[in-house]
Amino acid sequence: MAQANHDALQALADHITAQQGAAIVATEVAFGELSVTINPSHLEGFVQFLRDDAGCKFSSLVDITAVDHPEDDPRFVMVYHFLSMYQNQRIRVKMGVADGAMTPSICAIHPSANWFEREVFDMFGLMFSNHPDLRRILTDYGFRGHPLRKDFPTTGYTEVRYDEAQKRVVYEPVSLVQEYRQFDFLSPWESAKYVLPGDEKKA
Amino acid sequence: MMDGKLETNAFGDALTGEQRIRNFNLNFGPQHPAAHGVLRLVLELDGEIVERCDPHIGLLHRGTEKLMESRTYLQNLPYFDRLDYVAPMNQEHAWCLAIETLTGTVVPRRASLIRVLYSEIGRILNHLLNCTTQAMDVGALTPPLWGFEEREKLVVFYERACGARLHAAYFRPGGVHQDLPDDLIDDIEAWTWTFPKVLEDLHTLLTENRIFKQRNVDIGVVTEDDILKYGFSGVMVRGSNMAWDLRRAQPYECYDEFDFKIPVGKNGDCYDRYLVRMEEMTQSILIIRQAIAKLRMEGGEVLARGKIPPPSRRDMKTSMEALIHHFKLYTEGFHVPAGEVYAAVEAPKGEFGVYLKSDGSNKPYRAKIRAPGYLHLQAMDHLAKGHQLADVAAIIGTMDIVFGEVDR
Repeated sequence: MAQANHDALQALADHITAQQGAAIVATEVAFGELSVTINPSHLEGFVQFLRDDAGCKFSSLVDITAVDHPEDDPRFVMVYHFLSMYQNQRIRVKMGVADGAMTPSICAIHPSANWFEREVFDMFGLMFSNHPDLRRILTDYGFRGHPLRKDFPTTGYTEVRYDEAQKRVVYEPVSLVQEYRQFDFLSPWESAKYVLPGDEKKA
Repeated sequence: MMDGKLETNAFGDALTGEQRIRNFNLNFGPQHPAAHGVLRLVLELDGEIVERCDPHIGLLHRGTEKLMESRTYLQNLPYFDRLDYVAPMNQEHAWCLAIETLTGTVVPRRASLIRVLYSEIGRILNHLLNCTTQAMDVGALTPPLWGFEEREKLVVFYERACGARLHAAYFRPGGVHQDLPDDLIDDIEAWTWTFPKVLEDLHTLLTENRIFKQRNVDIGVVTEDDILKYGFSGVMVRGSNMAWDLRRAQPYECYDEFDFKIPVGKNGDCYDRYLVRMEEMTQSILIIRQAIAKLRMEGGEVLARGKIPPPSRRDMKTSMEALIHHFKLYTEGFHVPAGEVYAAVEAPKGEFGVYLKSDGSNKPYRAKIRAPGYLHLQAMDHLAKGHQLADVAAIIGTMDIVFGEVDR
């Protein structure tokens, strides 16, 4: 069964590559899922093709998200998931996006992209062109920063409390009674990236 | 606030000053019993008709995805109970499936059956809450009282399996935490024979109730086009005559060996979705009975002992190796091979998915939680437009919104 599924996905990948070769950078079938890496400039046309082509019919947008790789260039990877209820197939579309670059919005093709793109904007600070309403969505009104970037601290920068004297909620810089503890439980024999205590002379 | 747009005078009639009115902007929530949590809606009303509806979400945002990046895979599991807290185990299931796909872990058959059993209990927990509070939103008080009596029995089954009534942390990567005692299985089965009577009672309260029908029939009609455009899943799809259910279409766990029907609605309105949920509970009962029959035949382990689940307590008392394993698994945690995977389950509210990106370490590099309620609520503006203000409560109810999963 796993093999049949793999073959079906491979056939789908071949079909997409044959039709949209210019857009595609790479295709991969792994863990029973098809991932297609595309060129960002072809995004809208490619999504439109996935939705309308009779062999694909990926008419439901499942998810849009991004992954931050601070060392990489381009820094972000946008990840789109689509579902075809008619072909009973899923597909993942990925593309690299540089920090500060504009991504075309796919709201015109899939109205459900609206909130997902707002969320990516909120969490990663990636901008979308032609988006009808690009506001923050999950964070507080007037929030600053983009929490899911790897360089954003888990504790955040501000904290809120209710001030009895002023009779209102006040915003203050985060002050921790104790340093935020981030334990490194990785086995030093396998994956430590630092020099082990006592090994300094050897190195 | 009278800051809406000026009412257009289509016929060019002579108007007095009082007739020159603007649309009324109304703030619905964040503290409103029919908002099912902390939802703030900014509604633009023309008289009692909703012209525009702008949901403001995020009031329950806890940064789950950010927190998950600094915790091990096992430490992240309890966060999933806190997403959709109405049916906690169904969420854990998606997380376990994602990890199991990446690590290639095979779940023992008994554990798989227990997972199915508890996923269906979760489905009934959810639908009982939804159907009855939907009735409360439109004016009936008795159904939630009757429904919660049954929910109470179900959370006791949760408690007897894992010790917690709500935040279970029972499904673990590689199986389930503990085996079920035999008398618990017997009690669950006994319950499946008393519950249909309660469902029948709920039917007599609601299904032909004139007020309930007046408030739900032809309200919030969803078409096939809407489903595709707004990415609906779960009952929102099945209420509109599309038999789409991940348990059948893309079977996970061992759902492919169970005999159950997928109820669909014909009109796609709030009333049909209520009927679909009621029928799904009946089908879940059938699945539970089948799972119990299979469980009685199936002994053996409930965790795939190896490098991912911990060794048994018995082994730890005698084997040094097992003790070391246990220590490492609960400090360092297990490593998941690099890769990315999207695992989805048919949660009671729709398709609940996890996109997991692993870099080969003991913590997820990125985990994206795909909640069905997020997409459903997004379509609020589309569905509520042109309805009366009072219908907004019915539409929120039928979408089955829980803010734990929408805001994450």
